[in-house]
Amino acid sequence: MSWVARNWDQIALALMQHVGISLAALAIAFVIALPIGVWAARNARVEAAAIAIAGFLYTIPTLAFLALLIPLVGLGPANAIIAMVAFSLVVLIRNIATGIRQVPAEVVDSARGMGMAARQILWRVELPLALPLIVAGLRIAAVTVISVSVVAAYVNAGGLGTLIFNGIATDHPPKIWSGALAACALAIAVDASLSALERRMRRERSL
Amino acid sequence: MFLDAWRYAASHPQAFWTALGVHVLLSAAALAIAAGIAIPGALAAHRRPAWSAWVTNGANIGRTLPSLAVLALVMPLLGTGFAPSLFALTLLALPPIVQNTLAGLRSVDPDVVDAARGMGMAQREILRRVEMPIALPAVFAGLRTAAVQVVSGAVLAAFIGGGGLGDFITAGIAMMALPQLLVGAIPVTLLALGVDYAFGAAQRRLTPAGLRTP
Repeated sequence: MSWVARNWDQIALALMQHVGISLAALAIAFVIALPIGVWAARNARVEAAAIAIAGFLYTIPTLAFLALLIPLVGLGPANAIIAMVAFSLVVLIRNIATGIRQVPAEVVDSARGMGMAARQILWRVELPLALPLIVAGLRIAAVTVISVSVVAAYVNAGGLGTLIFNGIATDHPPKIWSGALAACALAIAVDASLSALERRMRRERSL
Repeated sequence: MFLDAWRYAASHPQAFWTALGVHVLLSAAALAIAAGIAIPGALAAHRRPAWSAWVTNGANIGRTLPSLAVLALVMPLLGTGFAPSLFALTLLALPPIVQNTLAGLRSVDPDVVDAARGMGMAQREILRRVEMPIALPAVFAGLRTAAVQVVSGAVLAAFIGGGGLGDFITAGIAMMALPQLLVGAIPVTLLALGVDYAFGAAQRRLTPAGLRTP
């Protein structure tokens, strides 16, 4: 405990790095997944192919993925972010596509009847109605990304994993505890707040 | 580079096969123990609504915990080596199996259970002949998720001395020896993909004919 009290700044810095790299990866993954998900919602073949490829990436063990990227991009945050993005794609694409496809055809029809263009229908009707499922996908992706980024400390990406690895290397349990517990707390907190947001959206849309 | 990796593996057959063996043993044992706890546990919880909520919440939280954090938390308590790794991986395998088994049991239409009771089936028989077959695909979905997670987690066991293919990866990264790194990373990736495929195929075969979607 006294170690934690003396080194709270080190823990806070690691936590901030962790949140920063996770947010960056999540944002990039979302920007990639959105057009693919929209396309997949319109075309079953595209969906099957996208899910197969993204699912394949998701199945690769985290540390193996980070290791396989070393010959291509070396060590550091870029390596970690590529892995984190790759692991988030499958759930984001699937939830975006399912969310859009779930929008009742009558709703889309009436939007068209009101004179909306396809682009307007997407942004003002389909995506807003798909939002609860998209948030559910973001929640799972966020938890995945937080978990990957603990391991990514091993390829010098920083974050809470650094505390764990330093603690293991120097046989210093308080360091291990603080890194591991902070990572667990972060994952649980993010999961809980995004699932609360998801529930509120569902209620508002009474789906 | 791949050729170098192949040569490295070929020139260290003993080390390679031992690591692969430890990896498979660690993963299979963790999955078997977790299934032995999680499936009966989920069945018991399904009968008692008060437990069910607790178990579901526990599994949901367990599902979010980072694998490496769980392995790291076990180390100061149980030390390093095979047994602590097995313990941590078993913990990681429990939540998906519990979640999916419960979801499978909940998906059984209460009318079907009523009909079985009306036909004079005992509780045990209903479980064995009605509920389990309907829930089985979901149970296998849970085992599949858990198996992939355990194979992936067993790579991280190298950090707490659990052995396995992760040893090649960590040594390869530490010494920046790419062939060695690939000798760990490629087989473990194939192992994870193979396990995912095998459980997926089993899941499709075990789905009762009446529930199959073409």
